[in-house]
Amino acid sequence: MSSGPPPLPPQAKPQAKALNCPKCGAAITLRALGQAASVVCESCHSVLDAKDANLKILETFDKIVASDPPLIPLGTRGKLRGTDYEVIGFERRGIKVDGVRYSWHEYILFNPYKGFRYLSEYDGHWNDLVVCKELPAVDPRVSIPLSANYLGETYRHFQTANAQAEFILGEFPWQVRLGEQASVTDYVHPPRVLSREIMSGDVSWSIGEYMHGSDVWSTFHLPGSPPEAVGVYENQPSPFSEKFGGVWKIFALFAVALVLMVVGFDIAAKRDPVFHASYQLLRNESKAEVETSFVTDIFELTGRTSNVEVTTTSNVQDTWLYLNYALINQETGQAWDFGREVSYYSGYDSDGHWSEGSKNDSVIVPSVPAGKYYLRIEPETADVRPNINYSVDVKRDVPVFKFYFFAFLALIIPAIIVSWRSAGFERSRWSESDHPPGGDQ
Amino acid sequence: VTQPTATCPNCGAKIVFAWSSSVQTVCPYCKSVLVRTDVDLAKIGQVADLPPDISPIQLNTEGLYGKQSFVVIGRILYEYEQGAWNEWHFITNDGTSGWLSDAQEEYAVSFPASEEKLPPASQLHAGQQFSWNGDVYTLSVITSAHFRGVEGELPFKFWDKDNLTFADLRTQSRKFATLDYSDEQPALYLGELVDFEDLKLKNLRKFEGW
Repeated sequence: MSSGPPPLPPQAKPQAKALNCPKCGAAITLRALGQAASVVCESCHSVLDAKDANLKILETFDKIVASDPPLIPLGTRGKLRGTDYEVIGFERRGIKVDGVRYSWHEYILFNPYKGFRYLSEYDGHWNDLVVCKELPAVDPRVSIPLSANYLGETYRHFQTANAQAEFILGEFPWQVRLGEQASVTDYVHPPRVLSREIMSGDVSWSIGEYMHGSDVWSTFHLPGSPPEAVGVYENQPSPFSEKFGGVWKIFALFAVALVLMVVGFDIAAKRDPVFHASYQLLRNESKAEVETSFVTDIFELTGRTSNVEVTTTSNVQDTWLYLNYALINQETGQAWDFGREVSYYSGYDSDGHWSEGSKNDSVIVPSVPAGKYYLRIEPETADVRPNINYSVDVKRDVPVFKFYFFAFLALIIPAIIVSWRSAGFERSRWSESDHPPGGDQ
Repeated sequence: VTQPTATCPNCGAKIVFAWSSSVQTVCPYCKSVLVRTDVDLAKIGQVADLPPDISPIQLNTEGLYGKQSFVVIGRILYEYEQGAWNEWHFITNDGTSGWLSDAQEEYAVSFPASEEKLPPASQLHAGQQFSWNGDVYTLSVITSAHFRGVEGELPFKFWDKDNLTFADLRTQSRKFATLDYSDEQPALYLGELVDFEDLKLKNLRKFEGW
């Protein structure tokens, strides 16, 4: 019987083809396995039809174009987002803004299963770009919409310019020509950039993400180090944006904690009035300066070691009262010495009523253990009539909020500094755009 | 399920159909384009060998679309000014016929949609919007193409056509549509742009060095 159907003829094996440039005879390697539309001879820079078996010449150059060797040589492979890609094409594109020419580089990457991908480089800033599968939403009524929405995120218009192909090398998925023009509009949402290109009426969108030169270098195993990134690029992620959010988050967290602590301590504070007494400082003709010192009755401080507030209230008017205090533990003799002054002056002048000082003073004595205490008071004043009445109040365990205020400052100052630096970064970014800060738009 | 078989009227090779509803196939041995009649196959043409090195997909490539597994059983290769693209004809495991297109390794899966009123090709222009099944489609590009080759089983007779017009329509999601003016009656295909990884393709072509 028959031995089954004959084997099918094998398919031609796709691989990089070795051909010669019909213009100069130099070897041409087709790396994209027939997917490229055009290839530029690396030797004479003729643009050849990659679809044509004989590499028909599409464009030749009269003059040698200024050579601009790609930083990643054609044929280099690297693993990008889990897929191996080979650099197959290179292009320098330029735009003119206010009479100044800026140019950037684009690398065409190819994988026979995943297709094309692009790397762009400007002043050491890199982007990894692919064609959008979803159509970004823009206002159809204007030619250059100021924002675009893509996958639920809003991208801000950065710049629109006419880009020209200044130098081309290798293979391209479209029929590239030197000097070809495209209107390029970039929308940014760092670290991403959404780019619209209009070339001979066709609109195409691509989405890119910022890449550090060092990552490009390690992806393609390039020797040396990448060119230093200059300035701030349009979609460069701000080093402050994460800190910016983070620092305010931390601030908010600690601020809440602070408020809770303040409220907690405020509720917990006993504010025990443990002593109150009123005194009169009698003016004495012969002994004007000094009243002798005296001691108060004994009062008891209870509970855990905590603070004591001593409040002095007086009726001073246009004079001062200075009190040398000592808080003395009756049992141990331990003493806390402190001097307090109340002074109050007031009157009328051309600006109206004025006053200076206060008739009250209070002071916190921290960390006083429980026990029996008394105050020794030694008052002083100037030789002015009339007599001075004053009272002394002692309160046990009062809340103190001054430290919380310092804690608040310690929290908010770094947050403000980071915010300020972040704003500076954004100013640098947008100063290169069509919408510079402080500009008309 | 027994697969329908027939004999190539040109070279006598045994032709096995993977899909019982196939209208056309190409003899893998002599490259005759064969159309099924009531009783047997009729040769309507002959294809040259397809140009090599285009798509990683091939006949018998298997994949997954959503929950449906599919197998590629045929293809149409189109050429246009800027290059070429493939429309791979597949059948899913429930017998539905669909298309996996590969244009420079940008992949899309689509199925024929029944739509009564479709615009004539002469009225199309980029930016035009259509609403089908509640989605808004924007016409992105109109392509003039011609037939370059066929392979395997197709759900219709298709052979040697020139001056074909296609319109691609995109949405703000991955949904896309194609208006196909190959026949007198325009046809609408609705589908989705897909990621290569998501298709979980098996039995792909191997590329040397990759």
